[in-house]
Amino acid sequence: MVLMVCVLFLLPDLRGPKDEDFFSRHEFGELPVLVGGRLKPFDTVARNSLMIIHGKQTLRKNGKSISAIEWLMNVMMRPEVAKDDELFVINHSDVLGMMGWKKSQKKYFSWSELEPHLDEILRQAKLADAVDSQVRSPFQREIVKLQERLELYHRLKNSLRVEEDVDFVKEIALFEKTLMPGAKAFLAKKKGLPFEQKNLELWEEFNNRYQFLAEVAYVFPIPPENGQPLSSWTSIGHNLLEAVTQKPISPMVKEYAAMVSAYRNVAPVEFDQHLSEAMRIIHSQFPDTVFRARYECRFNHFEPFYKCMTLYVLVFVLICFAWLGSSASLHRSAYMVLFLAFLVHTAGLVTRMYLQGRPPVTNLYSSAIFIGWGVVLLGLILEKIYKDGIGGVTASILGFITLLIAHHLSGDGDTMEMLRAVLDTNFWLATHVVCITLGYASTFLAGFLALMYIFRGMLTRSLDKQNAQSLARMVYGIVCFATLFSFVGTILGGIWADQSWGRFWGWDPKENGALLIVLWNAIILHARWGGMIKQKGLMVMAVFGNIVTSFSWFGVNMLGVGLHSYGFIDKAFFWLSTFVVSQLLLMMIGALPDRYWRSFAKPKR
Amino acid sequence: MLESIIKAFTSLKLTVICLGLAIILVFMGTIAQVDLGIHAAQQKYFQTFFVYWSPANRGWRIPVFPGGHLIGGVLFLNLIAAHIYRFQMKWKKTGIFLLHLGIFLLLLGGLLTEWLSTESQMRIHEGETKNYSESLDAIELIIVDTSSPDLDEVVSIPDRFLVPHQVIQHPQLPFRLNVVNFFPNSTLGHRKDESEPSVVTQGFGKTLSVTEAPRATKVNEADVPTIIVEIVGVEGSLGTWLCSTALMERQHFYYQDKSYEIQLRQKRYYKPYSIKLLHFAHDQYDGTDIPKNFSSKIHLVNSEKKEDREVLIYMNNPLRYEGETYYQAGFEKDNHTTVLQVVHNPSWITPYLACSMVGLGLVIQFSMHLFNFGRKKRA
Repeated sequence: MVLMVCVLFLLPDLRGPKDEDFFSRHEFGELPVLVGGRLKPFDTVARNSLMIIHGKQTLRKNGKSISAIEWLMNVMMRPEVAKDDELFVINHSDVLGMMGWKKSQKKYFSWSELEPHLDEILRQAKLADAVDSQVRSPFQREIVKLQERLELYHRLKNSLRVEEDVDFVKEIALFEKTLMPGAKAFLAKKKGLPFEQKNLELWEEFNNRYQFLAEVAYVFPIPPENGQPLSSWTSIGHNLLEAVTQKPISPMVKEYAAMVSAYRNVAPVEFDQHLSEAMRIIHSQFPDTVFRARYECRFNHFEPFYKCMTLYVLVFVLICFAWLGSSASLHRSAYMVLFLAFLVHTAGLVTRMYLQGRPPVTNLYSSAIFIGWGVVLLGLILEKIYKDGIGGVTASILGFITLLIAHHLSGDGDTMEMLRAVLDTNFWLATHVVCITLGYASTFLAGFLALMYIFRGMLTRSLDKQNAQSLARMVYGIVCFATLFSFVGTILGGIWADQSWGRFWGWDPKENGALLIVLWNAIILHARWGGMIKQKGLMVMAVFGNIVTSFSWFGVNMLGVGLHSYGFIDKAFFWLSTFVVSQLLLMMIGALPDRYWRSFAKPKR
Repeated sequence: MLESIIKAFTSLKLTVICLGLAIILVFMGTIAQVDLGIHAAQQKYFQTFFVYWSPANRGWRIPVFPGGHLIGGVLFLNLIAAHIYRFQMKWKKTGIFLLHLGIFLLLLGGLLTEWLSTESQMRIHEGETKNYSESLDAIELIIVDTSSPDLDEVVSIPDRFLVPHQVIQHPQLPFRLNVVNFFPNSTLGHRKDESEPSVVTQGFGKTLSVTEAPRATKVNEADVPTIIVEIVGVEGSLGTWLCSTALMERQHFYYQDKSYEIQLRQKRYYKPYSIKLLHFAHDQYDGTDIPKNFSSKIHLVNSEKKEDREVLIYMNNPLRYEGETYYQAGFEKDNHTTVLQVVHNPSWITPYLACSMVGLGLVIQFSMHLFNFGRKKRA
């Protein structure tokens, strides 16, 4: 029953989006373009850009929610409409004060509100830019961010055409007409012969115009001529500039121009005609690229990881109810839903791998997704063996948390960005990185299982001897697993380092972080083998594993030194500290003597 | 008595204590990198028997925590002692034994690497040929006898002698050197106040001022050491020179009808072969500034071994040659100069061996656990 409902919950979004008005916006979103070195659909560009600028994937306008692609189309083709969209988030009161605004209810500001202050923002950002990014003041960080967002917006606006109220189709027609006489006039002037001044001026004006367009454009939508490498897509400005040197204008430029004009003139039929013609042109040359772009749009729309989060919450609730009412059927359905969530999670993961052509973990975002996946897989196995809901609940909590973390890590833009030169090796990404990440996942799982032990033993009477023992066995087993994976992962990392930097071990922060996990797991195992800790000691130590792992995962990145750091994360520091403190408190609670534990206290007579 | 010592050294408690201390040490050593930089932190915490604390301006060194060598050493002894003492020839113990043997080798390999390996860099412009690499931190003061037209005679004074008030006398030199001052890191500027007499009386240094700077801590920063040295012959002082790694040119002087040159430079390691940079490439993804690949095309010539070939060095693909490994480590802003990391590490194989042993040991051990667990579960 429950499973059916869940499947019904997933199904509708598998079919792809529908457009509410006459323009085929989502089909426009499927057009592949080159941005950030990767070919991706416009839809992804729209979502990522809106995420960077606005912090969300949709925009609320006049009480209505508009999609990212609609917003982007307005920015690119009808900037006069988009400029009033309130989307630039400004939180810092000094930044607001700089523009003469008070901190009030309003959080989001539009381009037209910010436009008068552009010079000052740029000046301040330049001042801040000279300061090392790690020692910038909050004001400086905020202003640099705002400037980056404004720049992105400006580049998007001037991606397809120079932002001006002229008909783009007519503009290009005029440009084509100007080309020959203009070039003649230019050559004549060079040779000192008589020439038509008007032709030359117009020609030079176009030249400057497209120079600007080529420099500013964020999106590269023009596919290369046949026979050129797949990656050498260019911007419209670039293609038009090439026309000056007698190269033909790409038919794609004309299609885009026609789409812009049709969109501006609210002519949906015409727009659709040129859209399908554009699609046909790309498809005829790069059918695979088009397929991928369409697939990515589906993936974006389906939002598998959000769906998973909902399902994990459901699993959690179901198991809690099953425990309260000790209902076997609820339990079974929880297991089925967890399995379904795992399938969706896996599908999301595999899709990302397919789209990127890479092993699962390539950056911090994907590490969060993968940790969640690993934990849920292990949780399912535990659930299969013990059938007591513990593994399921823990997996659902961790699955939810890691996906939430991933969601908050996605604000920097494309989560499938291209890899820097050092990381550009699928072999080591598939071995070292996967092992290390599985090590993180299992250490977290052990830690959270231990938390379950503490909560259950502290707050309820349900942790009898048998339950406690089976939990201890689970934690022990997972710690063994964690030791194996983190050790092997660390070592593989050493070998990679030896292969590419010439040293096996360099005491780099990320290496040290991995070493800490190995050492801590080794301590737990030795302390247990030596009889130094019993069940409760094992649990408390496993909780500390959470702290060690979170330090290794996030903490070392905040140090900002070493070859491994991928940049400072402001807000994350707060959350990391909160998490560490909470774990320390829970460890203290876990270390309380038996009489404070509801499950262990001897009943009073 | 003896028994209790043996017991202490073979106990698991000692293992756990050492591992616990190791965790604290690694954590401290990681955090310290923010202020000290990776290299200094490594020396302060890991490559030492004790971590010292020096109260400001007192010159004391108080050991406050066991360092990497001490913890590693005790773990090492603990490991050997425990295995000798409690060794049992049982199949059940194969995994445990193998993995601990691997750890043993890993610790040993770490020590060997620290002792035997040297790292240096080779910085070559396109078209340039070099037959030496330069140390990153070690420096040398060289005195070159250039009197003979065919052969320069070089005397190199390593950096351990370059401390203030040190008097250096070398059998090959007819004069001695008095180190007046030495700055591990410094900034050079032009002397503004010409009225006050400078300590430096000879060479380029006369017009320069030197101020001490804090040691470089960041990955892409380097120290600029400067030395002020007086040269004293039999008849008396020849003058005082300022030498710094910031000065590219050698400074000339004459003594007893012979011409000499003096220079402070990064320590050099000469090779019996030469490397010429043909081309350096720095590729980026289209439309971005994300680096896609760095590569150096070089020409390797070793006349003794009759080798004369071209090699492409790029990310994750170093050149291994004559016991040394050349990695693509960096480049200079002009995009025509490559920086190759040159590593000489004779014990490079130990971690590979050690790791396969530990990995195998862990797998054996935990699969046995899993097997037993499965059996219990079924029972």
